[in-house]
Parts: sequence; C-alpha cells; structure tokens
Amino acid sequence: MTTHTEPRDTSAVGRNPHPRNFIGTAMRVLTTVTGSEFAEKYKIREPINRVAYQATKTGFQTLGAANRAFKAVQGGSGEAKRLTTAPKDYFNLTPDDEQQMIAETVKEFAVEILRPAAHDADENAAAPEDLVKRSAELGITMINVPEEFEGAASERGVVTNALVAEAMAYGDMGLAIPLLAPSGVATTLTNFGTDEQQRTYLPDFAGENVPQSAVVVAEPKPLFDAFDLSTKATRVPSGYRLNGVKSFVPAAGSSELFVVGAQLDGKPALFIVESDTKGLIVEADPGMGVRAAGMGRLLLQDVAVPESALLAGDADAAHAAYRDVVRLSRLGWSALAAGTGRAVLDYVIPYVNEREAFGEPISNRQAVAFMVANMATELDSIRLVTLRGAARAEQGLSFAREAALARKLTIDKGLQIGLDGIQLLGGHGFTKEHPVERWYRDLRGAGIGEGIVVL
Amino acid sequence: MSINLELPKKLHVTIDQAHQAAAEIFRPISRKYDLREHDYPVELDTLASLYDGLAETGQAGAGADGGRSQKKAKPEGEGAVVNGGNMQSVLNVMETSWGDVGLMLSIPYQGLGNSAIAAVATDEQLERFGKVWAAMAITEPSFGSDSAAVSTTATLDGDEYVINGEKIFVTAGSRATHIVVWATVDKSLGRAAIKSFVVPRDHPGVEVVRLEHKLGIRVSDTAVIRFDNCRIPKDNLLGSPEVDTKKGFGGVMQTFDNTRPLVAGMAVGVARAALEELRRVLDEAGIEVDYDRPAADQHAAAAEFIRMESDFEAAYLLTMRAAWMADNKQPNSTEASMSKAKAGRVVNDITNKVVELLGTFGYSERLLVEKWARDAKILDIFEGTQQIQNLIIARRVLNKSSAELK
Repeated sequence: MTTHTEPRDTSAVGRNPHPRNFIGTAMRVLTTVTGSEFAEKYKIREPINRVAYQATKTGFQTLGAANRAFKAVQGGSGEAKRLTTAPKDYFNLTPDDEQQMIAETVKEFAVEILRPAAHDADENAAAPEDLVKRSAELGITMINVPEEFEGAASERGVVTNALVAEAMAYGDMGLAIPLLAPSGVATTLTNFGTDEQQRTYLPDFAGENVPQSAVVVAEPKPLFDAFDLSTKATRVPSGYRLNGVKSFVPAAGSSELFVVGAQLDGKPALFIVESDTKGLIVEADPGMGVRAAGMGRLLLQDVAVPESALLAGDADAAHAAYRDVVRLSRLGWSALAAGTGRAVLDYVIPYVNEREAFGEPISNRQAVAFMVANMATELDSIRLVTLRGAARAEQGLSFAREAALARKLTIDKGLQIGLDGIQLLGGHGFTKEHPVERWYRDLRGAGIGEGIVVL
Repeated sequence: MSINLELPKKLHVTIDQAHQAAAEIFRPISRKYDLREHDYPVELDTLASLYDGLAETGQAGAGADGGRSQKKAKPEGEGAVVNGGNMQSVLNVMETSWGDVGLMLSIPYQGLGNSAIAAVATDEQLERFGKVWAAMAITEPSFGSDSAAVSTTATLDGDEYVINGEKIFVTAGSRATHIVVWATVDKSLGRAAIKSFVVPRDHPGVEVVRLEHKLGIRVSDTAVIRFDNCRIPKDNLLGSPEVDTKKGFGGVMQTFDNTRPLVAGMAVGVARAALEELRRVLDEAGIEVDYDRPAADQHAAAAEFIRMESDFEAAYLLTMRAAWMADNKQPNSTEASMSKAKAGRVVNDITNKVVELLGTFGYSERLLVEKWARDAKILDIFEGTQQIQNLIIARRVLNKSSAELK
C-alpha cells in the first residue's frame, strides 16, 4: 500500500459507537434503582444518590501536444519519496503563517490577473497563453514537489492546496482549473508514484516551465461512477493497452502529460500517458461552464504504455492510490466552489445594498436579505466540511466521508448560491454585463467535476 | 498552528463521559418521561450527584456556564489556540441531547440562566450565584422574538429592586433554584434599561402559575411565573446597574452569543441520534451507503442519508466554529447565529425525513424517532427563531442597522 489513509471511516455517523464503560455501567444500575417504585417505596433514593457522589469522583481534433521528452530514469533507490504531516491535537481554524501567506498571494493573483481575463476566456473557451507562465512564478505546483526533486515540499499540504484552489477560484474557476491541474499531477506523483515515476516526471514540475498536464478521471457517460470506469486497461507483454473515452480534460490541446483512469482487472487504476503516445487523440469539448479551462476529451484507441506507467506500481497499490486521488480531487472541486461562492457573495452584497426599489435599497427587505444570509451560511458549510476533509487527509485519517459530504454540499448548496446570485440581480444577473451568470455555470460544474484538482 | 478540525484528546474524554450518561441514563428513561409529562425525573438527581463527584476529582466537563467557573489553562505563548470551556460545553450538550434533549434541559445546575450568569456576572456575583440552578425568564405573554419589548419592571426601592410582571416559557422554571429575569428599570429609556436580575424561586412574590403542555421536550418543565412585588437585594442585578443609552442592549444580548451555539449543539445531538437510527435500519435492510459512489446512483434512502449527513456535518462544524471563536475571544455573533439557523433547520429536516423513511414503524411510540421529530421543532424556535437568526446574519453580512433591515 502506498496510501497512508486509514482503511475505515472513523468519522462516520452511526459507525463509531461509544462502548459502555464502568461509569456508564454504574449510571445504568444506579438510575434503574433510583427510578424504581421500590426506591420510592422504601425511601432509599437519597442514600443511592450519596453513594453515586462518593463512588465516582477547449472545435479541434488533434494529436496530443508534445514539447518535451520525459526521459525515463531508472536505477534509483527504489524507495519513493513520501510526505507526511504529524497529527495535530487542537481544533483550529486560523491558517498558519505559511498558509496565510500563500493564500493571500494567490488571492491577489486571482483578483488582479484572473478576474479581468475571465470574461474573454469564457467567450473564447481558452485561457490566455501567458497566464500559465505567470502562474508558474507563483510556485503553486512546486509546493507539492519534495525537496529531493528541487521542489519546496517538506510535508503534506492538503489544507494549503485547498486554500490555494479556493483563492484561485475566487478569481475565476475556469482559469483556475488548467493552472491547478499540473499541481494535481505533482501531488499524485508525490503521494503515490513509484521511485522511477517520481524521478522521471517530478523534476519538471519543480522548474519554471511546468508541463501542462492533468489527472483525468471523468468519462462522458450518464450516471458516471468514478469507481466503475468504461475505459479499460488490458495487459499485453510490453505493458498495458488503453481503450476508451475520457472527458473534462483541461487545456486538452496543449497538455503534455496525462494521468488517466482506466479499469484494470475490474478495478480502477491510474496510468501515466505522455501526450505524444500513438493512439491518443484530443478533441475539444466545451461545455456549459468552466469554459476558460479549455476542456476536451481524450480518445484512447489501443494506446500502448509500458508496465512502468501504472501509478504506484502494482495493481493493489494502484487501486488504493486511485481511491485517494478521486477523493482528494472531490475536496478540490469543493474548495473551488467555496472560492467561486465567495466571489458571488462579495459581488451580490454591494449590489443589493445599492440597487433601489420602492424607494429604498432592496436589501432592506427580508425576502432579499434572508437569501443573502443563507448564501453566507451555506458557503461556510461547504468551506468547513472541505477543510475538515483536507485536514483529515493531511494527517492520514480516513476522509472518504468528508469528501462525499463536501461534494454533496457543493452539488446542493454551491449550485443554490449560483442561482440565488443571479436571482438577486434580477434580469441583470441573466446578462453577461455581470459575472454572476458565469459563476453560476461554473458552480454547476464543480459538483460534477472529477480528477484534475487533486489536493 | 495550522488548520485542523479534529478535536483534541481531552475533549474526547468530555464526549465519552457525557455519552455514558446519555446512553445509560437518558435513553432508557426517554420514553418514560415523554409519556409522563411534568413528572420529575428522579434519575437526574443521581446524575447530578455523579457530576458533583466527578467535578470534585476534576473529571467533569464544563456545564452551561461555558467553563467560566473553571480555572482555564492560559494559552501558551502568542498565537496559542484555546480549545476550552465553550467547546467543552457545546460537546457536552451535543452528547447529552443525543440521549434526550428534554432531559438535557432538566439537568440540575446547568440551566440557561447559568450561562447568562457566566456571561455577564461580576466575579463577586459569580461567587454568590456559581452554585445555583438558574432558569432564564425573558419571554412575556405580549412578546416573543422582540426581546426589547420587556414590560416586567424592576423598581429600585432603597437597597432593593421590586419586580412586577409575568414571564412565560421559563425552561426548568419550576425546578430551578433561581430565575434570571429580564426586567426594565425605566420603560421610558427603552432597551438600554433592560437588565437581568437573579431571583431565588422560593422568594416571596414569586409564583409558578402553571406548566405548559407541549408537542415535545415534555420532560422539561416550561413554566409561567408571576412576580408580584418581589423584593430582591439590588446586588442581584447582573452586570452594571447604569443605564447606558449608547451601549444599549448589548449587555444582556451578549448572553446569546454563548447560548446560541449551545442550542445549535442540542440540534446537532438530536440530528445525530436520528441519523444513527437511520443507519441502523438501512444496515438491517441491507442498504449500503457508499461514500465513493455518487449519491444519485445509489438507493434513494442511501442518497438521502448522504444528503442529510452533509447538512449534519455542516451544522456540527458551524457550531464548533462558534464555540471555538468564543474560546479564543473572537467576536462570534454572526457565527453563533449561523450555527443556530443551520442546526435548527437541519434537525427538523433530518428527524422528520427519518420518520418518513421508517414509515409507520418510525411513527410509532415503540421507537424514539417520532419523539425526536417532535422535540426538534422547539430547537428552531427557542433562543431565537430561524427567522431571527437570519435577520442577525443578514444585518451583519449586509452591514445594516435594525432600523434599515427590520
């Protein structure tokens, strides 16, 4: 096993009963007697109570982009580098100085660079080219590469990654996705890659020219279940052959590397596929929202990869890794929703305070004000559950439950925040004069997205 | 210290201990006292004695006093995080309410009045009223949510205040040893003149008129109390006797920042009881709740479970946040109201959905599920209704005065 996560949900409601201890036993016995008619009749209630006291004290179709060659590095120690974070013993919602600094820097970038570029990027269904370079200067990918590969990570930073995703999406979710995708690949390799996989790919993720890449899980299929994939990996003498169609591939046309989910021996696993591999075709697949991400499909037709392409090495470890990667990415999508949700709220507040109807600001009316109150409350709901999941993952605790719950809140409440945002602006909210309709479309996507934003 | 939303070990001790009482004392007698409204649950005296014993050995969790009466460990160095009395109280309340929220409200010496005393009393008053069982008397027949409309008067006469008026919905009003009464010292000065007074229940001029018959929390006595020329020492006024029209209502209202997370905690406890029962029933029916598969692909009941658990988790974390902020001396009015608003609506949704999913089986008195649904309603009403909480949140978020956003 390459995952350090606990195998069982230790936080699930109804799955972790408290056993009765000696105090409980004493409580049951004593109160059974105290409440009895016998005690009433013989006036022994007071003596028992005293005993108790005493006793207890992106339309194109193309081949994959290929700007560089990843040279397979062999002959390492065989020991992959892993990051861990020590368990914490205090409930705390204040980020530490490093988390605070990173989140603030990213938010500044999001507000000053991403937000102004968002409208046109949405229209063009592509991110401006210089953006990737500028974000590389932020170092959001290298913070997930261990120091041994010239990265900046000394311990797991799932919470930090959540704060980064949130801050980026505050600027624009569509632009945030392709910028965060390489970070998701770095995280995946760092946490689950074999020594060879790490040595081959990770050093590029620590440099200034980070390869555009993504962890690809989704498939264009109704009722899609990430744990029952249609894309298949079959064993061949030279390794594996992949067949299937993947969707939700950010910056699909310019990506150099994919980590692709496919069913192996009946269970899902991840395969590292370089974009110039024969049989791999990318196709544009713009959607309702997150258009700036340049979403595309991957068509895999007899794509042959070597044995070393299976993430984590062997089938069991690969499956365990897949599970955690999907869960981590769901937390990632929730973190994105928290950021976009905050953008909606921050936009709507001054609008309802300034917009007048019947001679006063519309926010003077409960019908409007209460919608804002609910948006604020449910935004915090998404955020807190996401952070709990991230903090649990970071410490090696089970987090499938929190990932599922954060996702459910993103699906239900995240969407509602988007819809209410438009509603509060009335007809204006329905036009492209305001960013709210775009944010609503993005929030609709956050509850559907899989992979990519692996925290 | 970085972000972490797990509880420290010491708080797990608090939870475990409260759970023993909830599971071994409250649950077995929960239906008994639901059926015998107004009977005094004698088992609670045993619990009170047990708590006293534990307190003496320093093993007891903080009660409704928010841990103020305990000597807290000072935070170590700058930027240290406190997980203290407020968190402990909330966890205690969650756990005991999981057992039975009506009984939780009847635990001797842990009344909401005790929280009020802890929030606004001077050290000297804390000394005098630290060991009382204090009920809270705010509501009057003529008003509910509009707490500034207090018509009960307190007139200074020599060294004594003379209290006159009628209070309703006084939780534990007939069992508590003391009552914290909201009264106005000068009706012409408006809300700034509203002060709280500690009145012993057995004092001359204090009369328990009747007890309410209710939908839920039937074991909890809800009293109507009349004050007829009730004379109390002027030192029984909590906080400052001065009427500061600039500061206004803040003095007595700050109590709510401490008590709302507690009521949210009650709701979280009851919601968890119902969810656990649903989990048990689904297990028995062979319906699996799979956190990895999309909720929409699973059995409708399992999908509902995940939806409800997501709301439950949000309510729990919003509540812990409000208490954590109180422990760390951060202003938490908005967050306290958020926790109360969310938990209040979530507990009603969950308990009633569980009754629905269990059908006539859940509707029956054989289980406690229908009782939890009845108990849940009050949790979205008392200590500030859903609507009042939303008003508070909206005013804060939109930066509006009560004159602008009515």
